[in-house]
Amino acid sequence: MDKIQQSLLEQVADLHTIPEGAYNIRANGKLAGRNTTANIDIVTKEDKPGIDIIIKPGTRNESVHIPVVLSESGLKDMVYNDFYVGENADVTIVAGCGIHNCGVDTSEHDGIHTFYLEKNAKVRYIEKHYGEGDGAGKRILNPTTIIHVGEGAYLEMITVQIKGVDSTVRTTSGDLAEGATLVVKEKIMTHGVQHAETNFSVDLNGAGSSASVSSRSVAKDDSTQCFKSVINGNAPCSGHTECDAIIMDHAKVTAKPELTANHIDAGLIHEAAIGKIAGEQLIKLMTLGLTEKEAEEQIINGFLK
Amino acid sequence: MIKTVCAEDAGTLRTDRNIKVWKGIRTMLELKHINYQVEENHLEILKDINLTIDERFVAVTGPNGGGKSTLAKIIAGIVEPTSGEILLNGEDITPCSITERARKGISYAFQQPVKFKGITVQDLITLAAGKQITVAEACSYLSEVGLCAKDYIHREVNASLSGGELKRIEIAMTIARGAEFTIFDEPEAGIDLWSFNNLIQVFEDMHEKINGSILIISHQERILNIADKIIVIADGKVVKTGTKTEVLPELLNATDAACKTLMDKIV
Repeated sequence: MDKIQQSLLEQVADLHTIPEGAYNIRANGKLAGRNTTANIDIVTKEDKPGIDIIIKPGTRNESVHIPVVLSESGLKDMVYNDFYVGENADVTIVAGCGIHNCGVDTSEHDGIHTFYLEKNAKVRYIEKHYGEGDGAGKRILNPTTIIHVGEGAYLEMITVQIKGVDSTVRTTSGDLAEGATLVVKEKIMTHGVQHAETNFSVDLNGAGSSASVSSRSVAKDDSTQCFKSVINGNAPCSGHTECDAIIMDHAKVTAKPELTANHIDAGLIHEAAIGKIAGEQLIKLMTLGLTEKEAEEQIINGFLK
Repeated sequence: MIKTVCAEDAGTLRTDRNIKVWKGIRTMLELKHINYQVEENHLEILKDINLTIDERFVAVTGPNGGGKSTLAKIIAGIVEPTSGEILLNGEDITPCSITERARKGISYAFQQPVKFKGITVQDLITLAAGKQITVAEACSYLSEVGLCAKDYIHREVNASLSGGELKRIEIAMTIARGAEFTIFDEPEAGIDLWSFNNLIQVFEDMHEKINGSILIISHQERILNIADKIIVIADGKVVKTGTKTEVLPELLNATDAACKTLMDKIV
């Protein structure tokens, strides 16, 4: 693994060295390292590119890292990763993709991640996307996440895309069984002429299931963002979706909530706020001696923290 | 009118201040013929305000809507006066921006503290101090306003904090700044009685320890009582200035400010 790939790894997985526990590192479309543990197995798929990650029932406090890095210009990479999380397991999964493109051709990584959470399983899933490189070639990331949350199971997904991705369509869909919980927290910042699209769709099928989907985003320059979230309440359940966006310069942000209650005891809420940085926040920080630009940076850093 | 340019920050503010205080020279703020008219409806908010403030602790009081907060915002650079001059230690700071005035030693505690998303108490105290500070230092600023640092330091400065908590954090920020000239706009507003008694203690302590000058807008007798000078502003004008013995008795007996119908209701 070269220096560029190592730095990408740091950005997307906070990895400085080889991670502990199970891992699978994919660099430029090829396997660059793998480790399995007694409880977590990683198997290469035979019918298509990708891996199966099998986590044994009852596995506690273990982690899986599956970062992907692309440093070759013009590479189009597509993978299918399936996660099977056994009953009562409690694990952290860190995925992420970093693209370094200094060539003229488009580099693209499309990952399709499917999660199967068995009864009472608990997963914390962290996904970071990052692009760099000064070439004219575009950096495209289209992650798809499909989540099946079993009875009493819990999945928390934290997804972050802060810099350098030219175009992204992020699709996440989930279905929840009785007593299951899904928490999604998304953070996005776009600049230049970038475009980011987020499509959430959640079906609350089981009694007592709950979903909370929130997005915080900053759109700068001429970038555009579209946040769409669909929640269907098909049982006694609770659903909450929230979009909070700061627009700057000539950026545009669209929020499209869609809530459907198909059951009398489904409680669904949507909140959306889009606007520029509040003037009083800038003034407060300026009275502390910051310039307007410094104040703006502090407000955005805090907002996306 | 030819606008003067804001003079560059000397960059040695903090040392300067200490030397000045040590030599017994006080910070001086002068307001000369300050007028402020609202552009849209020509409503006169402030009319020819002339003030020299060189005492350590000056209280500004007077009826609501009299122009006190506007005056505070004009000093901090948030509102631009229609005409007039503002001098800090003899230097004309009228053309200076909010940032430049802050760097020259003006600090301003808002009447309604601003809420943020994601910015923590520690972030704000650090920005106010203008340098990296240790948790112990942040703790000392927060404990001065009666907050336990370990409960608050990592809290976000958002709506999850109560009005009283936000107000204390606002005051802790001005303590962390340690500026030459600090303005407090009704620090007692929105604070419950129990917190208020503790807050008065904070200002009494500040009065003892302060290096620069404090200008405090207040309606509270206990705050007016510790002031070296009281300025009464009503209907956009300075109607009286003087020591508490000169101003307070008249102020407490004044009833003619309110209309008869209102007085009949409250007496």
